[in-house]
Amino acid sequence: MKLFKKKNYIRMNPPEVISEAELETPSIPDGLWIKCNHCDKTIYTKEINEYKICPNCGYHFRLTARERIFLTVDENSFEEFDSNMQAKNPMDYPDYDKIIEKAQSKTKLKDAVMTGYCKIGGYNVVLAVMDSYFMMASMGSVVGEKITRAIETATEKKLPIIIFTASGGARMQEGIISLMQMAKTSSALNRHGKAGLLYISVITDPTTGGVSASFASLGDIILSEPKATIGFAGRRVIEGTINEKLPEEFQTAEFQLEHGFLDKIVTRTDMKNTLIQILKLHCQKEVFENG
Amino acid sequence: MDNTAIEIVKKSRMVSRPTTLEFIQNIFTDFIEFHGDRCFADDKAIVGGIALLEGQPVTVIGVQKGHTIEENVKRSFGSPNPEGYRKQLRLMKQAEKFNRPVVLFVNTSGAYCGIGAEERGQGEAIARNLIEMAGLTVPIISIFIGEGGSGGALALALADRVWMLDNGMYAVLSPEGFASILWRSPERSADAAELMKLTAPDLLKNGVIEKIIPEAKDGLAKNLEYTTIILKKSLTEELEILNNLTTEELLNQRYYRFRKYGEFTNEL
Repeated sequence: MKLFKKKNYIRMNPPEVISEAELETPSIPDGLWIKCNHCDKTIYTKEINEYKICPNCGYHFRLTARERIFLTVDENSFEEFDSNMQAKNPMDYPDYDKIIEKAQSKTKLKDAVMTGYCKIGGYNVVLAVMDSYFMMASMGSVVGEKITRAIETATEKKLPIIIFTASGGARMQEGIISLMQMAKTSSALNRHGKAGLLYISVITDPTTGGVSASFASLGDIILSEPKATIGFAGRRVIEGTINEKLPEEFQTAEFQLEHGFLDKIVTRTDMKNTLIQILKLHCQKEVFENG
Repeated sequence: MDNTAIEIVKKSRMVSRPTTLEFIQNIFTDFIEFHGDRCFADDKAIVGGIALLEGQPVTVIGVQKGHTIEENVKRSFGSPNPEGYRKQLRLMKQAEKFNRPVVLFVNTSGAYCGIGAEERGQGEAIARNLIEMAGLTVPIISIFIGEGGSGGALALALADRVWMLDNGMYAVLSPEGFASILWRSPERSADAAELMKLTAPDLLKNGVIEKIIPEAKDGLAKNLEYTTIILKKSLTEELEILNNLTTEELLNQRYYRFRKYGEFTNEL
C-alpha cells in the first residue's frame, strides 16, 4: 500500500518564486550590496549563498518557507499538503481579506505555513515550515489547521514530524479562534507523542507569543538557529512594564540554551545533517520504504 | 444597566469582584490549600488544593487576585509566573493519580510579563500545561469568573467543559492591547472590545464556552451565593456525566472539543 498519493510534488529550487525585492527587510534585496541587520556590516551579495548567513557575524537571515524546504529535504521529495487552504474572517475584522491578499501576493503562499511529506536523508518525515514573511507567521485558523493535520498525518502514518517554527504569535485579526489553535495543535502533539513518535521542533527567528507557548516548546528535541529571538512576551512589552532597557542577549537562542529551554543551537549549514543524525537514532529507513 | 462589551470588560476586572478563594469557600467543603511547584517557588497568583464537592473529592485550582493593592501585589495582580502554571500542573497530575476531577477558576489578564518569567520559560510552562491537559485522564471543568486573557488564561482552560459568568470575558489579548497593536490607538478599546466577540453570549455562540452562569441582579459581589448555588449544582451534575465516561471517551471528546476550532476554505 502506498503511504501517499504520489502527485503534486513541488520542486524546490534556489531561485525561488518570490522576487527578493518584494520581501521586506530583513531579507536580502536585489542589490549587489546589503547591510547585515545584525552586525551592520555591508556585504557583497555574491558572498551569500542559499544558506543566507552573514559572512562577517554569522547572522542567519530569515528564510522563506520555500528556501527552508529546499535546504532541508531530499531533492524532489516534498509533497505538499493542503496547499490551497486559506483564511476566512471569523471575527469580521475590517479588510482582513485585503490584508491576506496582500500577504499572498507578496509571498505566493496562501497562508503562513507550508506542510507536507518529504524525505530527509532518506527518512520519511512530515514537515511543517512557517514563513515569517507572511504576516509575521502569526497563527490563525489556517496555520493551526495545517499544522494539526500534519501532526495527525504523522500520527496516522507513524512518522516523525519536524516543525520549523517562526511566528509573532496568535493572529489577532482572528480573535479567540486563533488562541484556540494553541490548544488544537498541542492536543494533536499529545496524541503523536503517546504513539511513541518523534517530534523535533526547530525554532527559527523569531518565535514568540502563542507559538512559543504551544508547539514550539513541545518538541522531544528542540533545536534552534543561532541568535534567533525566542520568548513569550514581546521585548518592548516587557521593557514597557518594567520601565528599563533589556540586555541585548535577552530572549535569544543563546539565552534560552543557557536557561535550559533548548537542546542545541545548530547553524543552518549543519541543520540537515543534525536532523538526519537524530532521525537515524529514532527511525528505521527500511520499514517505511517497504511499507 | 449598560452592557456594551467594554462595560463587561470593566466589570470583569472590578477589584470588588469575588476571587477564586471566595468561590472555593462557597462551593466546596474541607478545602486544603497546597503550595509550590517543587522546582522554584510558590506562585501566589495561582491557588490550589483539594476539597469536597457534595462529598466527592476534587482538585480545585484557580488564578487568585486580591481586593486591595497589597494583596494584588502579592498575587501579581492575578498574572501567574511559570512556577504558578507548574504548580497547577503538579496538582493536576496529583488529581490524575488519585482519580479525582479538576475544577479550575480562571481570572487573569494574562501570564506575568517580566524578566524572571521569561528566564524560567513562561512559554514552555503554558505549552506544557496544554499538552498535559490534553491527555489528563480525569474530567476537567474550567470556569471564567472574571477576566480571561491570552495564553495565560488558556493554560487553565483546555477542559472538557468551559463555562463563564455573565460578566466574564475571554480574548486573545486585552481590547486595549488589540487597539494599540492593530490600530495604534489604545483609546479605541471600546471598538476593539465590540469587534473581538469576547463576552459570554458571543463566546457561547462561537462554541468557545458551553454554558453561561448567571450573576445576581444586585451584583456578584453583593450576592455571591446566588451564583455559587447554581455553580455547585451545575458542577455536580456535569461531573456525574463526565465521571461516567471511559477514559477513552473522555479524551476523545476533549480532543474534538478543541479540534473543531478554525474557519478556513480549501477552495482555489
